Amino acid sequence: MIYDVAIAGAGVIGGMIARELTKYNLSVLILEKENDVAMGASKANSGIIHGGFDPVPNTLKAKLNVKGVPLLYKTAKELNVPFKHNGSIIVAFNKEEELVLEELYKRGLKNGVSDMEILSGEEAQKLEHNLSKEVTKALVVKSAGIICPYSLTIAAVGNAMDNGAELKRNFEILKIEKTKNNDEDLFKITSTTAEDVFSRYFINCAGGFADKIAEMLDDNFFTVIPRVGEYMLLDKSEGKTVEHTIFQVPTKNGKGILVTPTVHGNLLLGPTAEEVYKYTDTKTTQKGLNTVKSLAKKSVPGINFKEVITSFSGVRASEENGDFILQKSKNVKGLIHAAAIDSPGLSSCVAIAEYVVDILKEILQEDGKELTENKSYNGKRKDINAFKKMTVEEKNLFIKNNPSFGKIVCRCEVVSEGEILEALRINPKALDLDGVKRRVRAGMGRCQGGFCTPYILGLIAEELKIPLTEVSKKGKNSKIVYKEL
Amino acid sequence: MERELTCIICPRGCNLNVEVNYNDGSNKNKYNNGYSKNYTIIVKGNNCPKGEQYAIDECINPKRTVTSSMRVSNRKDTMVSVKTEKNIDKDKMFKTMEYVRNTRVCAPVKIGEVIIKNIFGTNIIATENID
Amino acid sequence: MIDGTDKTKNKDKENFYEYTKKESYQQEKVENENMEIEKELYTEHNKEYDIEHDIVVIGAGPAGMAAAISAFDNNVKDVVIIEREEKPGGILKQCIHNGFGLHKLGRELTGPEYAAYYEKMVNERNIKIYCGTMVIDITKNKIITVQNKDGIFKIKAKALILAMGCRERSRGALNIPGTRPSGIFSAGTAQKLINCKGYSVGKKVVILGSGDIGLIMARRLSLEGAKVEAVCEIMPYSVGLKRNITQCLKDFNIPLYLSTTVAEIHGSGRLEGVTIAKVDENRNIIEETKKYIPCDTLLLSVGLIPENELTKNAGISIDNFTNGAIVDENRQTEQSGIFACGNVLQVHDLVDYVSDEAEIAGKGAADYVLNKLNGQIIIKTVPGNGVRYVLPQRINLIYEYNKNREDYKREISLFFRVTKPFGKIKYTVKLGDKVLNTAIRLKASPGEMEKITIKANDLEKISNKDEKITVNLEELS
Repeated sequence: MIYDVAIAGAGVIGGMIARELTKYNLSVLILEKENDVAMGASKANSGIIHGGFDPVPNTLKAKLNVKGVPLLYKTAKELNVPFKHNGSIIVAFNKEEELVLEELYKRGLKNGVSDMEILSGEEAQKLEHNLSKEVTKALVVKSAGIICPYSLTIAAVGNAMDNGAELKRNFEILKIEKTKNNDEDLFKITSTTAEDVFSRYFINCAGGFADKIAEMLDDNFFTVIPRVGEYMLLDKSEGKTVEHTIFQVPTKNGKGILVTPTVHGNLLLGPTAEEVYKYTDTKTTQKGLNTVKSLAKKSVPGINFKEVITSFSGVRASEENGDFILQKSKNVKGLIHAAAIDSPGLSSCVAIAEYVVDILKEILQEDGKELTENKSYNGKRKDINAFKKMTVEEKNLFIKNNPSFGKIVCRCEVVSEGEILEALRINPKALDLDGVKRRVRAGMGRCQGGFCTPYILGLIAEELKIPLTEVSKKGKNSKIVYKEL
Repeated sequence: MERELTCIICPRGCNLNVEVNYNDGSNKNKYNNGYSKNYTIIVKGNNCPKGEQYAIDECINPKRTVTSSMRVSNRKDTMVSVKTEKNIDKDKMFKTMEYVRNTRVCAPVKIGEVIIKNIFGTNIIATENID
Repeated sequence: MIDGTDKTKNKDKENFYEYTKKESYQQEKVENENMEIEKELYTEHNKEYDIEHDIVVIGAGPAGMAAAISAFDNNVKDVVIIEREEKPGGILKQCIHNGFGLHKLGRELTGPEYAAYYEKMVNERNIKIYCGTMVIDITKNKIITVQNKDGIFKIKAKALILAMGCRERSRGALNIPGTRPSGIFSAGTAQKLINCKGYSVGKKVVILGSGDIGLIMARRLSLEGAKVEAVCEIMPYSVGLKRNITQCLKDFNIPLYLSTTVAEIHGSGRLEGVTIAKVDENRNIIEETKKYIPCDTLLLSVGLIPENELTKNAGISIDNFTNGAIVDENRQTEQSGIFACGNVLQVHDLVDYVSDEAEIAGKGAADYVLNKLNGQIIIKTVPGNGVRYVLPQRINLIYEYNKNREDYKREISLFFRVTKPFGKIKYTVKLGDKVLNTAIRLKASPGEMEKITIKANDLEKISNKDEKITVNLEELS
């Protein structure tokens, strides 16, 4: 089959572009090299919806951030992805940093950010009781919020699939060639494992591998600089330590260490920002974790580190010029790059998708093709957390008809068997243990899957009709048990 | 010959000092194990008679309980836990495990039921009820 | 009514092997249906809850079952147990090794046998166990919200016994740097996969932590044909029982590295290896001692944490050292009528002591329901020199002293742990300056719970209500 559009990378950008494209009568294929979606930068980042004061005015980042935030809130609602409009506070500890705050405030005004206010240290502490007494001034951005980045990605890809897009996983692109079929220009995409696929147009949003993809098409004009950020996650008992997202003033490497509640009620600290050699270098280091600890304490001294339940690191695909790369290729017809999407990529994702689709429309126009609307498009996605939101009476009724929702499997996050089965059945289906965890949070809590893993392995094996020895943590070479006794 | 042992009979874990002599000395803890030789074994550090017996066994013929679990062939995803009814020779542990591994059980099983008869002088019995 | 507990126990012992368990699955179904019927009966009268019971026990592990039995035998017959898993027994179900029951039952049993022994006693008393039922909330007023395949119910209890057990510390809580491959298990998870599911978890194994579960798993994995490369312990001494060092490590030639930890985890898909390193006295890694060990599996046996999320929801204060509720000598928490016992209260080294503690809590709860608990003065217990914690944290005395009262004849046991391994030592329990009891031990280790008793009537003449009971340790040469 020849697809109209192939998208490389099932991150939040790929997912949102795919969803945007399914609004039209196009055949869309998403190619992902991992066993699940949201396995790169979209998996592990701060999950902040930024106000938009930080990007340099008139850059794509500035424009798409400010434009993207309301679009994101709207889309998250349609996709039933939890988010919270909690606002952010950027804190200064001395005169020098106060100047930076003022600079940010002015920049925010230029970028069109409303709802900003500069507070004295005392006022800030009144707003946020656990804030350090050393804070001298603070910039409050009320339009900022928090969202779960991988839930958003899963929902975007899932909704795109519900609307006809196709997802091929474990499809690691080895080679892309331009070929002709009946006088039609096509991209021939070869992978390590599956059969070749063909597409008329190709969108490169391969995150950390976007430069490699460009290279395969001899269009390598940029280099991705992989940057790793280390985080610590604390138990839900600590989720109320702060209400706002607390930033320190940004440095050239990023927005500094933040302290934030997550939409799920945990407390998140991080990230560090270290350039690394490879995009896959997502390990934590003693040094990094120590940095997170000491800098987080600087903003909020009372953090209870006894309640850390996990630490992890995430990658960002940055680029030298510091702005998003969103453009059609100058050399390869039908190719669009959506690359170097680091912060505020998540805040901008819906705006980026619209922007990219506009570029595609331009190309189509040049080709003399016309886009028609997909009449059956439905932007709403089934809510995987619907059960959680029910009243007791509704739950009781629901359990009567679906007893598996009564059986709690993950005790820490209170996740039922029914919800886990949903994760294994709803687009894009979870195929591994981490996939289940990211969809319904089973194993995400304080015991980190200690109790429920054996049971969930059984559910996965049964649902996917594979032996338990084939169930993996995150696909490929990550099997969990090795032999039946 | 002197040996330092930790008693495994109870959670207390007494430190035992054991002196083994291959003649028929006149010590009170003389122990004849039924073989042709007489051993003289002096045990110190034990807080109970079981400790002394353990030390003697450990020097002459160390024994262990082996516990494991076996798949129940006529029940979905079910294992039944088992153990050696009496202690077996320590060096027969892995051989015992082989027997256990190559055996499948049919439910129902009751606690105490013999699963494998007569292996290394004892039986493998179930330690769990499977309906 | 059953009286003469000892007699029952002996009979239980005799009948043990002849005993056939009831069909628990069917039973559970019937019970849940009962719950449904009861619910319908109650909802008509009261919206606050669906069902009412005198005593509700949360958890049908060794603590919960022993507590329920004890409450029943102390004259409260309306006792039910709520259990989240499909079968009672708690963690004992996966502890298929032997070594249980020597202290309590006078003979050595495996975990499942010990559990079956108590389950039988529960069944004999017709104490209901609601299996497959998860408690999702408890309140100060002892209203318990539960969820199972029949729906969500609220149960009102006159007294509530918390026996939820504990969980294992995870990798995340340790902050071991490195990648996040598969093949890292907490020891108990691996134990469940091997013993209850019948799957081997790996071929080359490193174990971090010399706690008993880690040691037991070292033996289990070896017997299943895996190669256990090393057991690393960050402390300069092992925290496991000494006999387990012998029968689980020495028997299989497994090296135990003390003052050693896992410094880094390697591998992208499956675990490929770990870097281990010595630590200094402040538990900081000594760089030059780093050593790479190839392995496909890492087991963590690095401590247990009482599962007190429900306890905290009910506003019950938690002791910073035990991580369990603050209780009095009846194991009553600061919320009257809510009791706690077993590993949810403090992590025990032996299940036998869990059963002992549960019996105290069970009796306490029964006495509470029968209005026999009416303490008025609270005396605090505090750990002194060389002692990490003392449990109970408070003693509840009746104000008016009457030496004929049963309460005053009783002995109160204080349980505690020492801060580090000691040689010959003397324990002294004091009320203010007054010595209540002393004891001499040849050795003590943080891994083994210590016990000393005091007499209630020694506490009679309290001159100052703020006076505290202190347990002190003194080293003898």
